[in-house]
Amino acid sequence: MSMKLEHVSYTYMPGTPYEKEALKDISLEIKKGEFVAVIGHTGSGKSTLVQNLNGLLHPTKGNASLDGVDLSGKSNEAKMARGRIGMVFQYPEHQLFAETVYEDIAFGPQNLGLNYEETDARVKDAMKFVGLDFETYAGRSPFSLSGGQMRRVAIAGVVAMNPDYLILDEPSAGLDPGSRDAVFAEVMELYKKRGTAIIMVTHSMEDAAQFAKRMLVVYDGRIIIDGKPGEVFLKEKEQLLKVGMDVPEVYKLADALRDKGLRLPKEITDAKTLLAEIKRRKGLR
Amino acid sequence: MEPVIEVQGLTHVYIDAENTKVTALDNIDLQIMPGEFVAVIGANGSGKSTLARHLNALLLPSEGHVKIKGMDTMEEDNLWDIRQTVGMVFQNPDNQIVAAIVEEDVAFGPENIGVLPEEIRTRVDDALKAVDMTAYRTHAPHLLSGGQKQRIAIAGTLALGSECIVLDEPTAMLDPKGRKEILSTMLRLNKEKKITVVYITHFMVEAMLADRVVVMSEGKIRFQGTPREVFSRVEELERLGLEAPLAAKVAFELRKSGMKLPKEIITNEELAAAFG
Repeated sequence: MSMKLEHVSYTYMPGTPYEKEALKDISLEIKKGEFVAVIGHTGSGKSTLVQNLNGLLHPTKGNASLDGVDLSGKSNEAKMARGRIGMVFQYPEHQLFAETVYEDIAFGPQNLGLNYEETDARVKDAMKFVGLDFETYAGRSPFSLSGGQMRRVAIAGVVAMNPDYLILDEPSAGLDPGSRDAVFAEVMELYKKRGTAIIMVTHSMEDAAQFAKRMLVVYDGRIIIDGKPGEVFLKEKEQLLKVGMDVPEVYKLADALRDKGLRLPKEITDAKTLLAEIKRRKGLR
Repeated sequence: MEPVIEVQGLTHVYIDAENTKVTALDNIDLQIMPGEFVAVIGANGSGKSTLARHLNALLLPSEGHVKIKGMDTMEEDNLWDIRQTVGMVFQNPDNQIVAAIVEEDVAFGPENIGVLPEEIRTRVDDALKAVDMTAYRTHAPHLLSGGQKQRIAIAGTLALGSECIVLDEPTAMLDPKGRKEILSTMLRLNKEKKITVVYITHFMVEAMLADRVVVMSEGKIRFQGTPREVFSRVEELERLGLEAPLAAKVAFELRKSGMKLPKEIITNEELAAAFG
């Protein structure tokens, strides 16, 4: 099972003075069960890329498919395939619209054509999943909740559709460290327990390093790097800085320590490992 | 010296959608002096943005007073002067751009307050120069990067003659390069033009460069001080849902394991120096 782009190019407003080729001949396969981070500067083409992946945009050239089903089709099959890809947009809390939390989460499953009992079960399940107590919150207006809670309602609305692939656009933007951890705990549970593939667009190198297993760097409409975050941050530092990206803080701290002569192994990709290595070098417990 | 911003016993109460009374700000006292660069940090819902909106009278106190260069925000006659003195920059660059050409966008503010055309020309040129965007003055703003758009928004406040700029998470939606652009622009404006800066952020590495860091939680100021004082309080920050910079956290853990380290380490370089 996989989502595939084959030689995909995408041009905005073709044939006008504003014509812009946002994607240039991209081929990419993402398998079910992967966790992929997509990074790149504003305007690099990463949003266009994920919108082609989930069938919101259709390639100008080339082909986007899910398990062999062309996503641009009008058939029932194509519609079903698009329904298996969930998308949580940037600031999803701005897209809440219903009068109650319950109705907002139920909107997706209802649109999938599920009956009342099935929808009800999906809503309860999704609320439990994102840690919102059903009795307390189901009847409340989503607009009376805090920003972090609203984002959870929005995520619950997508979870309720049981997607096989979930695309998240900047899931941690504007969240404090505590709320960010809460959102990612949910995402990781989807990834680990349900085997949902996660495709995350992010400006946070920390998020990419900590959670993703694969990282794509988009620049000028092309994927210029595709690899494991740990390896990319180690080996491609110069290239990343050149395209307006950065490396996570832990790599910078490790480098600063190495500069002062502390011998540290190359593969330090998180704070825990760094701390353990320093302690080992210094004979601390 | 008179403070630019003087907040006295500020309380902000509102009625939410469930008809319950919410105290977003609870008896806040805060003074900000001319030329200061103050970072405000706090969890979501701690009251940071509400406080920011009081600083140029977008919100008015339920109790207490906010004075901008001595002008009370409660007096309607002061509003124009207050809003020219304190400029605001918000999180989403796309929500702040009004014109189709960069220099027209920057000119929008001064035009609205009736500045003479020749004077507008000078102000716009100076403002664009100050944020290093002169080369883009005839560009269409929507084609710029996020960092460039935010710099246009900053130029807009400068053209209005703002002496103080309040930025509410200005880098939350930007890529790493854009974040660096905004931070270095504000540090430069603060240093060279003596602009007073109130900088709300979730990025501790940004707050580390301020003169003073104010920590908020549940509508109150919990503690404040130099970045060194604030960020060495690793455990307290974590209790408030915040995070100390990595170097401070690592230093804290190493000290717990018995390593002797200077007390207030917050940067990578400082921690590294202890190993030199």
